[in-house]
Amino acid sequence: MDLLNAFIAVLNYVIVPATAYGAQLALGALGVTLIYGILRFSNFAHGDTMAFGTGLTILVTWGLQAMGISFGPLPTALLALPFGIALTALFVLGTDRVVYRYYRKVRAAPVYITMVSVGVMFVMNGLTRVLIGVDEIRFADGERFLISAREFKTITGLAEPLAIRSTQAITLVTAGLVVWALFWFLAKTRTGKSMRAYSDNEDLALLSGIDPNKVVMVTWIIAAALATIAGTLYGLDKSFKAFNYFQLLLPIFAAAIVGGLGNPLGAIAGGFVIAYSEVAVTYAWKKVAMYLVPGWEPEGLLQLLSTEYKFAVSFAILIIVLLFKPTGLFKGKSV
Amino acid sequence: MKKLLMASAALALTAGGAFAEDIKLGISLGFTGPLESMSPAMADGAELAMAEVTASGKFMGGASVTPVRGDSTCIDSAAASATVEKLITADGVKGIVGGMCSGETTASLQNVAMPKGMVMISPSATSPALSTLDDNGLFFRTSPSDARQSEVMTDIIMEHGINSVAVTYTNNDYGKGLADSFQAAFEAKGGTVTINTAHDDGKPDYSAEVAALASAGGDALVIAGYVDQGGSGILRGALDTGAFETFVFPDGMVGGALEENFGPEVNGSFGQMPSSEGEGKEKFLAAAEAAGFDGTGVYSAEAYDAAALIMLAMAASNSTDPNVYKEKVMDVANAPGTPILPGELGKALDLIAAGEEIDYQGATSVELIGAGESAGTFREIEVKDDKIETVRYR
Repeated sequence: MDLLNAFIAVLNYVIVPATAYGAQLALGALGVTLIYGILRFSNFAHGDTMAFGTGLTILVTWGLQAMGISFGPLPTALLALPFGIALTALFVLGTDRVVYRYYRKVRAAPVYITMVSVGVMFVMNGLTRVLIGVDEIRFADGERFLISAREFKTITGLAEPLAIRSTQAITLVTAGLVVWALFWFLAKTRTGKSMRAYSDNEDLALLSGIDPNKVVMVTWIIAAALATIAGTLYGLDKSFKAFNYFQLLLPIFAAAIVGGLGNPLGAIAGGFVIAYSEVAVTYAWKKVAMYLVPGWEPEGLLQLLSTEYKFAVSFAILIIVLLFKPTGLFKGKSV
Repeated sequence: MKKLLMASAALALTAGGAFAEDIKLGISLGFTGPLESMSPAMADGAELAMAEVTASGKFMGGASVTPVRGDSTCIDSAAASATVEKLITADGVKGIVGGMCSGETTASLQNVAMPKGMVMISPSATSPALSTLDDNGLFFRTSPSDARQSEVMTDIIMEHGINSVAVTYTNNDYGKGLADSFQAAFEAKGGTVTINTAHDDGKPDYSAEVAALASAGGDALVIAGYVDQGGSGILRGALDTGAFETFVFPDGMVGGALEENFGPEVNGSFGQMPSSEGEGKEKFLAAAEAAGFDGTGVYSAEAYDAAALIMLAMAASNSTDPNVYKEKVMDVANAPGTPILPGELGKALDLIAAGEEIDYQGATSVELIGAGESAGTFREIEVKDDKIETVRYR
């Protein structure tokens, strides 16, 4: 029995990539859930807000690189991030002023506003392409690996490699910090409390003197920040391609709904549930089994489902959760 | 309304006033769609051959050949069928260079060209399924089937001393056809395919695919995908996690992006792509340059050959009826006879008129085998010092 190699194999191919992917989804789902909780509609433009914000961040990154500024072993994009967030927030506030404000004023049903957000999605889709193009862009610089596969093998002498990309570590650390800051903001600050009050009961909140315009503005700024951070982390870890962010929208929504729409804690849990189920359910356990039971070479791959079905897995989970707990795992609002 | 009437009357006049001996050939390629960047050079190649034949003045008693372009879209079978239908019924073409992609070609061939008895010669549809299609002898192609590429790939892998590989393919007709025929060829020679699984292009995350491939294991990973699509995602994941060190790249993965994005990391990996060399190719490249387009474009030379074959077969059977000249396509393409290179179409027409046999070599050393498809030559490549280098042609 070779427990160590089996453990490293699972760590390298399931736990490390799924955790990083889960953190990216969780940040995206947080933005979706925040908008849903406070502004009361499903924002389909969120994926493209991520693409737009990342595009701006990349442009600033290029600018910084051209000026010879770098962030040592860390990617320059992290320095550019605050600028990207500020510009995206301005743009999103502009969208709210031009588009969403009207529908709030006429108190349109949430499903109308959702459809409006689909329109906004297409416009942002086009803008992103005009801004930065459709090609694949790699903008990660600095140290690529924390532990590279080859180094790990020579140091430990194990048969199985283990690789941890620095972008994966950055993703986790940043996601942790952002989540902590968000929860602190919502729980401790006056603005955060008024946002929660507005979310719980709009009329009561207005009666107690909460300024709705301020709540809406802060919500959009936070959502833009979350989208830009999630998008940039995803782009650093994989690569930037405008179309991929549109594809990312589906797992993000699945994560937000599984966790419970409107519940920030649920969004985080949902992100990890979706990421782990995509990677773990379709994992082929053959190698691990061979390490655990010496001398046994399984005929098949010991794979529950072929990888083509990975999206089906997250949606099956979504349906099961909605059937038994319509408000999601963490008691969000029912859809 | 009045203007419209006048315009259509004027059009009808010019149409009727064209040369009586004007033979039209259709070019059905994906001018819009995923391969739109490849189509112009291919159409230019086909039109170069037509211009050459027209200029010789020796074709069917001095007839001229006019190309008619149609958009096959590459992915939309219904649109491709409609285009071929229009080419045949509205434009009255006597033969078609096309289609471009395997799925669309099969559809337009079966739905339109076969019932109407029209010859189609495709420069670029490579699916093995087209070899066994019952086509009434109406379909040919100047590109090799992927079944042939699979055999070449098998040989190259075996010569590297590798007997066990994992395979991942892009989830479409091309990827699946290539992966399945490769698995058959590789196992027939005694190799083992540990896993043969699809990846979808344009997905946000490929860790699940890489994990499954890594667990299945093997001495090399065959990526039958596209270098500017999911193929790169898989390659990146496999390199980063240390799952594989040697990779095999079929035609879709051999491109500038491979050197640019992965150069130093894939040293020692190898692959192959359909490509030819020699006097015919050089003559074609020179002629293309003189005509003002880039002859090195993928499948441009094959398109030249496809158009040339149609016209030479017409001349050899002295008929523009597809059901008559289809019998002559294999004859003019293969030995015996005088070898014909690009730029020598006039000479070929002279020889045919004199009752002699010709062996059309063209830009891609055409040799039609089996049900009328190119045997094909392949360029074996290897990544050395961060660059894609040609090992040899086979």
